[in-house]
Amino acid sequence: MSEYLVDIQHERLSFFTPAGEVKALNDVSIHLNQGEVLGIVGESGSGKSVTAYSLMGLTAYPGRLIGGTLEFNGHHINDMTEKEFRKIRGNEVSIIFQDPMTSLNPVYTIGNQIEEVILLHTDKNKSQAHERARELLELVGINEPEKRLKQYPHELSGGMRQRVMIAIALACEPKLLIADEPTTALDVTIQAQILELMIELKNKLGMAIIMITHDLGIVANMCEKIAVMYAGHIVEYGTTDDIFYNPKHEYTKGLLKSIPRLDAREHERLVPIEGTPVDMLNPPKGCPFAPRCGNCMKICLREMPPVTNISDVHYTQCWMNQKEQMESEARA
Amino acid sequence: MSERLVEVQHLQQYFPAGGWGKNKRYVQAVDDVNFFINRGETLGLVGESGCGKTTTGRTLLRLYEPTDGRIIYDGDVLFDKEKKIAVNMLPYRKKMQIVFQDPYASLDPRMTVGDIVGEPIDIHHLASGSKERYDRIIDLLRRVGLNSEHANRYPHEFSGGQRQRVGIARALAVDPEFIVCDEPISALDVSIQAQVINMFEDLQESMGLTYLFIAHDLSVVKHISNRIGVMYLGKLVELADSYELTMHSLHPYTKSLISAIPIADPVTARKSKRIVLEGDVPSPLNPPSGCRFRTRCPYADERCAMETPEFKEVEPGHYAACHHLDRCN
Repeated sequence: MSEYLVDIQHERLSFFTPAGEVKALNDVSIHLNQGEVLGIVGESGSGKSVTAYSLMGLTAYPGRLIGGTLEFNGHHINDMTEKEFRKIRGNEVSIIFQDPMTSLNPVYTIGNQIEEVILLHTDKNKSQAHERARELLELVGINEPEKRLKQYPHELSGGMRQRVMIAIALACEPKLLIADEPTTALDVTIQAQILELMIELKNKLGMAIIMITHDLGIVANMCEKIAVMYAGHIVEYGTTDDIFYNPKHEYTKGLLKSIPRLDAREHERLVPIEGTPVDMLNPPKGCPFAPRCGNCMKICLREMPPVTNISDVHYTQCWMNQKEQMESEARA
Repeated sequence: MSERLVEVQHLQQYFPAGGWGKNKRYVQAVDDVNFFINRGETLGLVGESGCGKTTTGRTLLRLYEPTDGRIIYDGDVLFDKEKKIAVNMLPYRKKMQIVFQDPYASLDPRMTVGDIVGEPIDIHHLASGSKERYDRIIDLLRRVGLNSEHANRYPHEFSGGQRQRVGIARALAVDPEFIVCDEPISALDVSIQAQVINMFEDLQESMGLTYLFIAHDLSVVKHISNRIGVMYLGKLVELADSYELTMHSLHPYTKSLISAIPIADPVTARKSKRIVLEGDVPSPLNPPSGCRFRTRCPYADERCAMETPEFKEVEPGHYAACHHLDRCN
C-alpha cells in the first residue's frame, strides 16, 4: 500500500493503431498527496491527458498498459475490472473535460445529469438527490439553481456549463479531481472565475487536483508541483518555483523563453523552440527532444537519458544534467 | 501617400437574426467603431469571443458589407454609407489581405499547396508564364520557411504550424501592404506560436507591412502590436499604445481583462490580485442600453444606463469610452 493518494510507477502505455504502435507513455512516474495540486504541461500529443485518463481506466482499446504499477487511494488500478472502475469514477475520482459544450448530454436536463451521479454512488433517494443537486449548483456559484436544474445544456453559456461540469464532478466529494484543460474553451474573464472557483472548492473540500494544461500562466497561478511532458516522457518534474526559476531541461527553458510576457517594458524578441513536435509513430532514437535541442550531444541521439535528481522533488531526464552532476561528484 | 493607411469611422455591422417588419432583430456585432492604422504599424485588437473583433476585421476588408460608416484606405474612400460610395474591391484586394484563424478550414483540401499559393497570382495576373508563376510560388514558400518540394503536397500532409505558413504565403502572394491577421496563432501549439510570431515580425520588417492583429491573448497582442484596441460587445472601449494600455489602463473592462490573465511567473502571480468580473457577456442581440459594459461593471450607475459613453481621447493617443474614468482610476 502506498502512502500517496496517487502513486504511478514507471507507467508504460501504448496505442496499437493500424499505422503502428504509438508509445504514448514511456516510464512515467507521478505521486500526489492528499490535497495537492499537480500541473501537467506539454504540447498536444505529449501524453498529459493519457497519464490522467489511465487513472480512471479511460484508455480503452487500442490503448494498453504495458508496464508499471498504478495505485490510487488504495486501489490497484492495474488489475481493476470495468465494473470496479465504475464504482470509483465520479465517486473517488472525477474529471472535468476541456469542452463543456460536448461533454454534457444535450437531451437531459442539468438536474438529471447531476442527480444521476448522486443516485449511482450514494443511497440517497430521488428527492434527496434533487436537494443535493441544488446545493451543488449553489456551491459552484450558479444563481437561480432551482430554475437551472430544469434547463438543458444549450440554454446555458460556456462558463455556466463548465460550472455544471464541476458540480457533477464534485457531487460525491472525490479525493481527486482531474481537470483536463478546463478553461481552454473559455474566455479569460470566465477562465479567471472558474480557476478561482476551483481553488476555493479545493480549500473547502480538501481534494487533490491534477491540472492538465498547456498554459504556463495557469500552472504558475494554481499548482504546487509541475510535471513537464514531452513525447510521453516526464522530462522535468519539480515544485512550481523549481520549474519557473531553476529550469534544468532544455525543453522547459525553451517553453519559458517562447511565451511573451505582459509586463515586459522593452520589445524583446521571442526565442522559439525550433523544429516541429515529434511524430509519435516514429519517435527518434535516444532523447525525443534531441532533434530540437540546442545543446544536443552525440549520446542524446543514441540513448534515452536516465533520471537525474537535482533535489528531493526536482528531477529531469537530460544528459546535460547527468553530465553536470557526474562532474560535480567527481570534483567532490 | 498619407500617414494613415487604413481608417474606419463609425463602422457598424448588424446581422439580421430573424423576425419580420418592426420585430426584425439584429445581432449588433460591431457598433460605432472608430480607429486608424498608420503605415508600417501593427494595431492589435483584443476582446472575448463574440465581442466583434473578427467581424471588425472582415468588415474592414468588406468581406461583409458594412451596414453603416466609412472605410478609408490610403486616402481612397472604399465605402461610405451616407454618400452611397461602394467601390469595386478587386484592385484593393491586391493591397489588403487576410490570414484566417483556422489553418485547417481555410485551405482547400483538394488543391495542392502550390495551387493555393498560386491562386491569387492567377486572379491578379501577376505572372506572365507558368515558369514565372512557379518561381514566384517557390519564392513565397521559402519566405515563410517552407521549401520547393512542399508545393506539390496537399494541406492534410502538413502540421498546424506549417499550414498557417501556407495561409501566410497565400496572403503574401499579391505583395500586399496591409494584412488582417485574424487569430493566426490561437490554433497552434505553444512552442510553435513563437516561431509564427517571429515570422510575422520579420515579414513586417522586410516587406514594410501594416497589420491589424486580432487575437484574444493579450500577452501575444501586446508583444506584436504598437497600439492596442480593446473591444467589448461590439464597441471599442479603449485604445492606446500597447505598453500604456497594459500598464496604465483606464477603462474598468480593460483593467479586469488584464488582471484576469494568468501570469507565467509564480511570485508575481502570488502577489497579484484579480478583479473577477461577475456574470457573463450579454447577448449582442439585445445589448444593454447606454454603456454596454454596465451590467458587469463595478462602477455602474443610472447615468451608464441612460447615456452611451463617448469614445474620446483622454490623454494624447489614449482613447477610452467610460463616464466614470476619474472615479475608477
